[in-house]
Amino acid sequence: MIEKGRFGQFGGFYVPEVLIPALEDIEAAFLHYKDDPKFVADLDNLYKNYAGRPTPLYYASRFSEYVGFRVYIKREDLLHGGAHKTNNTLGQGLLAKYMGKKKIIAETGAGQHGLATAMAGALFGLETKIFMGAVDVERQSVNVHKMKLCGAEVVPITAGSGTLKDAINDALRYWTSHVEDTFYIFGTVCGPHPFPTIVKHFQSPIGKEAHEQVLKETGSLPDMVVACVGGGSNAMGIFSGFIDDKDVKLIGVEPAGHGLDTGEHAATLVAGTIGIFHGAKSYLLQDKEGQVHETESISAGLDYPAVGPEHCMLKDAGRAEYVSVEDKDVLDTFHLFTKLEGIIPALESTHALTWLVQQKGKFSADTTIIANLSGRGDKDVGIVEEHSPV
Amino acid sequence: MATYKETFASLDRAVLIPFFVIGDPDFDTSLGLVKSAIDAGADVLELGIAFSDPIADGPTIQAADIRAIKSGMTVDRGLEFIKLVTDYKPVPVGLLIYYNLVFQYGTEKFFADFKAAGGSSILIADLSIDDADEVIPAAEKAELETVFMVTPNTRDDRAKIIAEKSTGFIYTVSTLGVTGARSALSDMVKPLIARLKAITDTPVCVGFGISSADQAKQVADAGADGVIIGSKIVKMIENNLGDIAAMTKEISDFIKEVKSAL
Repeated sequence: MIEKGRFGQFGGFYVPEVLIPALEDIEAAFLHYKDDPKFVADLDNLYKNYAGRPTPLYYASRFSEYVGFRVYIKREDLLHGGAHKTNNTLGQGLLAKYMGKKKIIAETGAGQHGLATAMAGALFGLETKIFMGAVDVERQSVNVHKMKLCGAEVVPITAGSGTLKDAINDALRYWTSHVEDTFYIFGTVCGPHPFPTIVKHFQSPIGKEAHEQVLKETGSLPDMVVACVGGGSNAMGIFSGFIDDKDVKLIGVEPAGHGLDTGEHAATLVAGTIGIFHGAKSYLLQDKEGQVHETESISAGLDYPAVGPEHCMLKDAGRAEYVSVEDKDVLDTFHLFTKLEGIIPALESTHALTWLVQQKGKFSADTTIIANLSGRGDKDVGIVEEHSPV
Repeated sequence: MATYKETFASLDRAVLIPFFVIGDPDFDTSLGLVKSAIDAGADVLELGIAFSDPIADGPTIQAADIRAIKSGMTVDRGLEFIKLVTDYKPVPVGLLIYYNLVFQYGTEKFFADFKAAGGSSILIADLSIDDADEVIPAAEKAELETVFMVTPNTRDDRAKIIAEKSTGFIYTVSTLGVTGARSALSDMVKPLIARLKAITDTPVCVGFGISSADQAKQVADAGADGVIIGSKIVKMIENNLGDIAAMTKEISDFIKEVKSAL
């Protein structure tokens, strides 16, 4: 490896020897191409004309009126594919193409990364295999169908809790046997180096655009930026645009599931301890021995026991603050926001909105907050109907 | 306690190293199986402590990890188990473990307690040579041997560094993939052994996918100093759950068969 991939004490590349050459190849290719004019031009063209960047920054007037302060929504839900995940899969997919790889694999939780990878697979003509927990295959069946329409093979994983962590386990195992011709498109800012760095890089347009847009719209920087955190890629994407602006508070909202005190949640930064898992050192939901917990969240995309190493560093440095909200409150916000704005938010992104609802009346009326609406909620309509019918 | 060096030096054939997940399917049965493996001719033992997310392992050993965890295995019980094994016979015991379990226990304390239990070396499946400095001082302090992995895609310059940092042996992975019995020996294994033999005198023990006496012999004939057999044996446990006598006999017979072939 050229770099160590450390974020303070976090990160690194704790993987079996067999994966090291593949990670080295990806790191070298990424460092080579990320500033290569042709690669950058190709990716910019895809971002703009294929995916629909820049996404708008929208002043949510009715929601703002409800909470009592000014809320701007970064509309990643309008990105092709319905979530921010497309930023990353276009970037990594193009990298795979430039490297001459013929096959790509990915894990997925909510199915958004799986779908975005399947789209990239179709676009770049790469054979695509998606690993998805069997529980998630069931609760996100619409996305599964879309992946198949794009020509991807979806492999349901029944091991463990049948969710994201098990899908990553099996994707890593599969990659071990197919390292020579297969590129693993990791979906979030977790996993071994260089993935946290690569995924942040390809998600950084969210923050860069939001920074320009808010200045143009309001003439000043926001007071806060809020995003949901599972692995943490949409949050890292939008935070990256404001991280050097020390007066802008960064808030990451984690899933408290059934409640922190029940133990049935996935609030890693809020309630976890430091460990080593899926190739990186990070906060982790685990028992005293180091066995990794099964997690619980109504939102499949946040249902993961680890978190991006850079978030861990931001937490310890006090640069970002991490909070959590429970499933039941997320469901209430889902209805509230949809009724007020006519925008159906993904349950993942609704965690960020829920924290805003909980701050109702706590900030002055001229407080400006940007919330990253990382994805749209079409995929969640069935789950919401089941838990809290209209 | 016999050291790896003594064990390798005392034999004019390849060393036979069966692998078990400690506590699979439960503590007492597992201990009985390991003792009978020693009696059947195991020269060295490779033992694993079960982990919730064993990414280097295929379905057979994953299932064994789940059985062990369900039967109440913990890291402390694992160390207790190793003590009972090394008290029974002074065979060298190599441990295979995932890093988070060591990290939570405290790396230095874990290495010291493993040494006190009579163990010889600790191989961390998800710690590559790049981060060897995180464990080598603990190994040196505890006077344990070190073992690191080489895979068929490890370049020569890197393999040299791995060989230099491995004082016990090089855990040589026969194929690109996770653990698991395979019907045919990987065609990568012979060139890999030859490649390692050309660059180092550190003993080369080969594992992953070796499933029969014939395959073990082929690996030994290719120059390996040791043969590690894991999933094939673990599968015999899985196939005989509920019949400890049959399980024990099948494993003992298999170890004898492999040993006589070497």
